Amino acid sequence: MARTESKLEFDTDWKYSPAPESTDHIRIDPQYELFIGGKFVAPRERQYFDTINPAREKTLARVARADRGDVDRAVAAARRAYERAWSKLEPAERGKYLYRIARMLQERSREFAAIESLDGGKPIRESRDVDVPLAAAHFFYYAGWADKLEYAFPGRRAAPLGVAGQIIPWNFPLLMAAWKIAPALACGNTVVLKPAETTPLTALKLAELMRDVDLPPGVVNIVTGAGDTGAAIVEHPDVDKIAFTGSTEVGRLIQRRLAGTGKHFTLELGGKAANVIFADAAIDQAVEGIVNGIFFNQGHVCCAGSRLLVQESVADEVIAKLKERMETLIVGDPLDKNTDIGAINSAAQLEKIEQYLRIGQAEGGEMYQSSCSLPETGYWCRPTLFSGVSQSNRVVQEEIFGPVLSMQTFRTFQEALDKANNTPYGLSGGVWTDKGAKIFKMTRGIRAGVIWANTFNKFDPSAPFGGYKESGMGREGGLHGLGAYVELY
Amino acid sequence: MSVVASSLPPQLPVLDRVTRVDEVGVEERVARFCSRSIKKESKVRALKLALSMIDLTTLEGQDTRGKVTQLCQKAIHLHDAMPGLPHVAAVCVYPTMVGVARQALHGHDIKVASVATAFPSGMAPLSVKLEDTRVAVQEGADEVDMVISRGEFLQGEYSRVFDEIIAIKEACGRAQLKVILETGELGTLDRVRRASILAMHAGADFIKTSTGKIQPAATLPVTLVMLQAIRDYYHATGRRVGMKPAGGISKAKQAIQYLVMLRETLGEGWLTPEWFRFGASSLVNDLLMQLEKQRTGVYQSADYFSKD
Repeated sequence: MARTESKLEFDTDWKYSPAPESTDHIRIDPQYELFIGGKFVAPRERQYFDTINPAREKTLARVARADRGDVDRAVAAARRAYERAWSKLEPAERGKYLYRIARMLQERSREFAAIESLDGGKPIRESRDVDVPLAAAHFFYYAGWADKLEYAFPGRRAAPLGVAGQIIPWNFPLLMAAWKIAPALACGNTVVLKPAETTPLTALKLAELMRDVDLPPGVVNIVTGAGDTGAAIVEHPDVDKIAFTGSTEVGRLIQRRLAGTGKHFTLELGGKAANVIFADAAIDQAVEGIVNGIFFNQGHVCCAGSRLLVQESVADEVIAKLKERMETLIVGDPLDKNTDIGAINSAAQLEKIEQYLRIGQAEGGEMYQSSCSLPETGYWCRPTLFSGVSQSNRVVQEEIFGPVLSMQTFRTFQEALDKANNTPYGLSGGVWTDKGAKIFKMTRGIRAGVIWANTFNKFDPSAPFGGYKESGMGREGGLHGLGAYVELY
Repeated sequence: MSVVASSLPPQLPVLDRVTRVDEVGVEERVARFCSRSIKKESKVRALKLALSMIDLTTLEGQDTRGKVTQLCQKAIHLHDAMPGLPHVAAVCVYPTMVGVARQALHGHDIKVASVATAFPSGMAPLSVKLEDTRVAVQEGADEVDMVISRGEFLQGEYSRVFDEIIAIKEACGRAQLKVILETGELGTLDRVRRASILAMHAGADFIKTSTGKIQPAATLPVTLVMLQAIRDYYHATGRRVGMKPAGGISKAKQAIQYLVMLRETLGEGWLTPEWFRFGASSLVNDLLMQLEKQRTGVYQSADYFSKD
């Protein structure tokens, strides 16, 4: 489509007043201990670390650092709870606890949403509308399965594995805790969970909630700390299963350490998803899908649509519309209800993203960033688009985990498919076309665990999620997610 | 490019090339606009802006000279108890009432708009529609709101619909032409998008959703699709076309949602009565009530606002 020099102006006279979510209703303690055996207990070495608000660079709370001895205690509590209480409980009773957790999470959703945004930097709109409701939905979903496992695996007997060690990332702290805890508990396992060191608060609030619903002590234990705490869980001899979500690099280390131990494991790792736009797609809605695919949660999403592939005949139109749309994205205070893109989770992650911005430019990519203003303190990155890059560029190959999109064009269906699959990852993908047959052909061809058609980043507890190749192994969610927490006889 | 376009006779665009519309995606986008939080000064400005964009409308068979005069009074004196209010953009009536409105609005910067072309069905020969238009213009209408022939559009007779708009535009002379697509009868958003492109290429100054006589009238998804068509046309030709959602917008909250959508789709250039209108009547009093609420902190009874 030919275009004139006409330009739209989105910096309008009429502006949205700040609409910050109130924080009067939330409680964050100055210091958090470890949640072991149903109680908050101090770490043995009395070591603590700060968790900060990435939008203000201010400390929110001091949080206990668990060492090997603390992990020992947590695993022992989980083992005791598994043997004496949880595995002996009627499955329907387990279900009741899960329903109570789900309902309580809904009741406290405002508090969880605000704390998730404070601690992690994600916009309140997302924590309120996505993270917290989905977390509750996972508990509801697996609560229903607790007493129906014989129907999930007809003709087989499903027995729990025992103690599950679970290590979760900082991009969806509460939601990942729910993904991990809900199926484990539904199947009769007990849990030692470690949240990421930059975002421990909602997991600790979840610990309070577990205590408030009278969950038997030790069924869920939450130990906070950094990589060495995680390593202690992975290497603990009395842990029967490891569930890890995080980087491919750490996933490799874990797999190496688990080799030969007989422990069960699921790994949900990185991604570099292709988002493929065909010329016959509904272009304006596809542009929304591109935005949602890469700028959702500041691009801190393992299944982000970070590699855009556009059919050449609409490439100019898509770029022009995408750039225009990027201008309307509001970057800023995560607690403001009108914010579209919040703060980068940590200084370290911002440094990593900025390094990729330098790499992309050094590689000859054309970088476009929206002209939005950024707050003075905090960690921020403007929504960024790299065009003029190709499969051999690092910004196309490597997971950046930030609001950075790379764009390439293609001519034929086969070229799109080849490019989509030319990656060590295989977690997700997207395809945009008005033609049903093309959707099926493409989704069958892309080697990835989740592929969205004419939408992106949609999640449901009943849908399995997981990767091919270096994106991990095992599935979470849905019926498949149950399979990861049972031994079948 | 715009210069070239205006010196040549209008050409019917290839409608097959108009981008497809995905209804689910449109609704998702609309939901995002509706979740914007508009408070305090931002809300007051939006309410006043909405007031200034209203085409205050009465299109009843039972309209009388008295009723039209009363409506014009309201257009001038929205609520004099509250200082600093804008006036509405226009008063919209049938051709036979244009003269009455013209007289009642004399000396005020409020436009007179007239529906024409066998409104609301458009089921009349072109000659009758042209005559209808000429009468409205002769009576002093600044703006003409025409309806497209939906039957012919749905049959795929695009060039006839196109030619008809061109003919009416010519009959309008210096009056602005608003083209009503009657989206409630078009059935799909794909057709809304195509009809919008067709109308703009035929010379529409504004495109408008509905007559108000057919349900559904204006909706946010339909308006979004039309705004996106306006944006594409603007980028292709450099010419601005206005937008008028009409019918079914009676609450201030809805009006603000439309303005949010307008702001984030077309931006500053369109946030003015020159390029955006609400076809509505009962919306006025809800906007006034909300403004009073912002000013005094309490809602007042509907009895404190004139009903016209």
